[in-house]
Parts: sequence; C-alpha cells; structure tokens
Amino acid sequence: MQLDAMYQEIILDHYRNPHHKGLRDPHDAEAHHINPTCGDEVTLRVALTPASGATGLDEKAIVSDVSYEGMGCSISQASTSVLTDLLIGRSVAEGMETLNAFTEMMQSKGKGEPDEDVLEDAVAFVGVSKYPARIKCALLGWMAWKDAVSQSLEKEGA
Amino acid sequence: MSDRELGRLDVAAIREDFPILSRTVRDGRPLVYLDSGATSQKPRQVLDAEREFYERHNAAVHRGAHQLAEEATDAYESARETIASFIGADSGEVVFTKNATEAINLVAYAMSNAATAEDGLRRLKVGPGDEIVVTEMEHHANLVPWQQLCQRTGATLRWFPVTDEGRLDLSDLNEIVNERTRMVAFAHQSNVLGTVNPVAPITARAREVGALVLLDACQSVPHMPVDVAALDVDFLAFSGHKMLGPNGIGVLWGRRELLEAMPPFISGGSMIGVVHMDHSTWAEPPQRFEAGVPMAPQAVGLAAACDYLSKVGMDLVADHERALTEYALKQIGAIEGASIVGPNEIADRGGAVSFAVEDIHPHDLGQVLDDRGVEVRVGHHCAWPLHRKLGIVATTRASFYLYNTMEDVDALAEAIRAAQRFFGTRA
Repeated sequence: MQLDAMYQEIILDHYRNPHHKGLRDPHDAEAHHINPTCGDEVTLRVALTPASGATGLDEKAIVSDVSYEGMGCSISQASTSVLTDLLIGRSVAEGMETLNAFTEMMQSKGKGEPDEDVLEDAVAFVGVSKYPARIKCALLGWMAWKDAVSQSLEKEGA
Repeated sequence: MSDRELGRLDVAAIREDFPILSRTVRDGRPLVYLDSGATSQKPRQVLDAEREFYERHNAAVHRGAHQLAEEATDAYESARETIASFIGADSGEVVFTKNATEAINLVAYAMSNAATAEDGLRRLKVGPGDEIVVTEMEHHANLVPWQQLCQRTGATLRWFPVTDEGRLDLSDLNEIVNERTRMVAFAHQSNVLGTVNPVAPITARAREVGALVLLDACQSVPHMPVDVAALDVDFLAFSGHKMLGPNGIGVLWGRRELLEAMPPFISGGSMIGVVHMDHSTWAEPPQRFEAGVPMAPQAVGLAAACDYLSKVGMDLVADHERALTEYALKQIGAIEGASIVGPNEIADRGGAVSFAVEDIHPHDLGQVLDDRGVEVRVGHHCAWPLHRKLGIVATTRASFYLYNTMEDVDALAEAIRAAQRFFGTRA
C-alpha cells in the first residue's frame, strides 16, 4: 500500500491540528490562491518586521507572522500548516530558500533527497511528489506565501 | 428482482472487447473504471476501424481525385450517415467538430458573427436587449461560451436555478424564457448530479416565444436512446470520446434551415464557395462549418462506436446503467457519513453519481480509491457554479457505462469504507 508513504503521520497530524490557523492582524499583505482543478483555496497573510538596523522591508526582513484560512484537502491544508512552522521567525531570504527547496522536492517525482535541515517536517511531502495531480495541492499555500511576501516588498518599494 | 440482477446485457462478453479493462493499476490492483462521464474506454472494434482507415484508405478528405481520396471521402461521409442515423437525424444536418465544446462555441460564435455577416446570414443575430438562458447546473462548456457571447454582443445571460434536490427549478419558466429570449441552452443530463432534465416543457416555452434551443447531450447520447426529431430541439451537441469513440471528434446537429442561415465560425480551406483576394463565399452546411482537412479517421472510429452501441442496443445500455445506478445509490447511501449529491431516486436520473463523505476531502478520498484501483473523478467536474450553489467545494463522482458491473459498485463502496478507516473518520 503506497498510501502510507504519501499520507505520513506528520501530514495527517498537521491536517487534524493545523498550526497558526486563522487570519490575524497586523499584516502587510494578503494573497488568495485557488487551485482551478479542484476549487481548493487559501487566503494567507504575512506580517514582516524590518531587520535590525534597517528602516524598511527588504530581503533581510523577518517574517513575524503567517496566518491563513483555507478550504481544501489534507495535503494543501497540512502543507500550509507546516509552512507557518518553518517560515515564521525566518528572514524573507531564508524563507525563499526554503520555498525553493520545497518546490524542487515537489517536482522530483518521488526521487528527491530533501535536505531535512532546510525542510524539517516538510520532507514528509516527498511522497506526494509521486502523484502529479497532487503537487499543486502541496504548493497552494507556498505560492500564496510567495505572492503575499512579494506584495509586501513591492508596497515598500513603491 | 434481486438488487444485484443486471439487465439482459452480456457484460462479460462486452468487457472482452475492451482491452484496457483487463489491466491492473497501482501495484497490481484490477482496474475498476468509474470515470466514463469524463471519457469512456474504447472497444477493439473502434480501434480496428480507425486503424483500418489508416492502413487502407488514408487520404485528405474532400480534396484530390485519386482513388485513396475517393475512398477516404466515402468513408468520412458514410460515417456521417451512420452517426446521423444513430440520433435519428439527416446526415446533412450533422457537423463534425473537434469536441462538444467546439460544437457549442460554433453556435455561439455564429450568433455573434451574424451581426456582421452578409444578407441572409443575419437571422441568428443577438444584441443588447436580447437574452440567453442557461442553467445553474451547466458544465463550463455550456456556460462560458454563452457568457462570452453576451459579453461580445451586449445580450444578457439568465439562468434557471437548481433546487436542493438537484433538479431544475422551472417555477419561473415563463418569466425566465420570454419574448427577449433568443437561445435556451441546457444539459440533457447533468454531468455532476445525474439529473435528466425535462426537455419538453422548456422547448414548448421556447417555441411560444420564438427562442432557439440547444441541448448539451454529452451525457445523454452515450447512455440512452436519443432521437432529435422526438426531442424537437434546434441544436444538439455531443462528444465522440464519451461514447466509445475516439478523441478529437464531436458532433453538432442542427436544423437544416438554421445551419443554412448561419455564418461560419472557423474559416479556411474546405468551407468556401468561391475565394477572391478580397472576399469569399461559403459552402453549404455541413461543409461550411468544417474548415481544414477533417478528422476522417476519428469519424470512422465514431461511426464504429455507434455501430457497436446499436448492436448492443441503447435500450439495454440504459437499462444496465439504471440497474448500476440504483444499486450504487443504495450502496453509497448505506455508508454512514456518505451522502449523494443529486437526486436520490432513480426517476429521471442517469449514471453519474456524485457524493460527499463527511470529513474527507474528495481529493483525499480519490487518492484512497485510486490506491485500490477504483478510478473516479474528484473536483468540481467543470461545474464550479453548481458546486458553489450547493455550498460544497468539490465532490467525488462515479460514472458508469455498459462495461461496468455490480462488483465495480461493491469495490467502490468498500473503498469508501477503507478511506474512512484510513483517515479515522469512521470505525
């Protein structure tokens, strides 16, 4: 049975007891992403704090909060929950690196050897990457995060 | 009659004709294919017909005067006759398209192209003040083209609502279809709910006010006897691949006098009368709507599919699916936490059975089913507004065809229970 490889206990735990769920203020930007094939959606907010010594928001800014609401399958919901654990407290640059590592793993068709130091609990999603139809589910929250962070930095630059 | 007794169809013999049904999936599980509403599997007879065309008669149709061109054109036009007779139509009224989506777009674009067409091809013209009527249960293919038509022409889009039971609410029929209505387009059978819609009252009202009627027959022509004369509609659209035929071919049937009054949708070779450097005239229907080298091998394949279904008998196909659907409604309905989305009773209902399972998202449910070889559709099934209306994000859909068995339904019910155990939502 391949199901256990896909639905690892970590994923089911995050699905049943999501971390950091609910929309909170203050936030710098909000992104609403939809998976058009199934209608699943997530609304995600990020709050950034300027890096120490900096006056504005840049790549070094700290992700002080990620909050979200969503409707979707276990994979999309758990993946967003894991994201909040990984990215809150990190700098934007570190978060982008984690996002890239996660995206790379999801595109590995189950053959990736994810770096557990970078991805921590998110390595549990490597089994999902074997199922092309589910990759979008795993990436839904991450793409919303990327979008919300880009919006925050753009606002700052404007 | 026991609840597992099937009609007079020899399903075992039928299954022998479908090579794919004997393969295994996901670590050696026998395939339980319950996604024929999306696309059907193909019998050897259809594959052989297409192969024979390529091996013996292949040439570009309606071009050239060599022997192969003659044979290919004969094969193509005989296929048109077979397919026309399958739906009780005249072959001159059958237009081949890429799929049903293109067939519907053909009508919608002909209607907007009518505004700038030459004299004699303006009858279907629509504009501000005109209304197009659809329903809330439409597949995107019979909704978005009409939205777009309204956007291009300034016409207004209206729709029949759907009741909580998954039936059309026709209580405002006389108001929704009125003197301003130019077209009423609706599904013969819903691809999500399985609901078979009442054609007669809608058509009768459309006739009173002079509106046209287009029936999306994608989920009916493959599954029940359909006769265009008896239905008394103006246009009928369906796909080949959902009725044992090849991909890449769909059919638009239209009343001759309407097709004759319509400007083209796609233009180019084959569809012309005379071409000058600065203007052209059009061929008569159906060629007017078949620009480019047509899909002759697919037409031949679809004709073989019609022959196959006719030989089995569409009455028997419909009876068989009714038995499967009745059994599925009962078996799924008996699962604690599972609920049918759509009519629970078999009357005016086809073999698309959508359902929800408490606390398990359809994607997750589909994954467990797939792990056991049960292949169903999950998502909004290209009917997003319907799901929104029903207050659900997505559903899981099992859809049946002549090759499905009662054991397939049992495998489905058992797989749903396995998913409940896996996710710990039911003991």
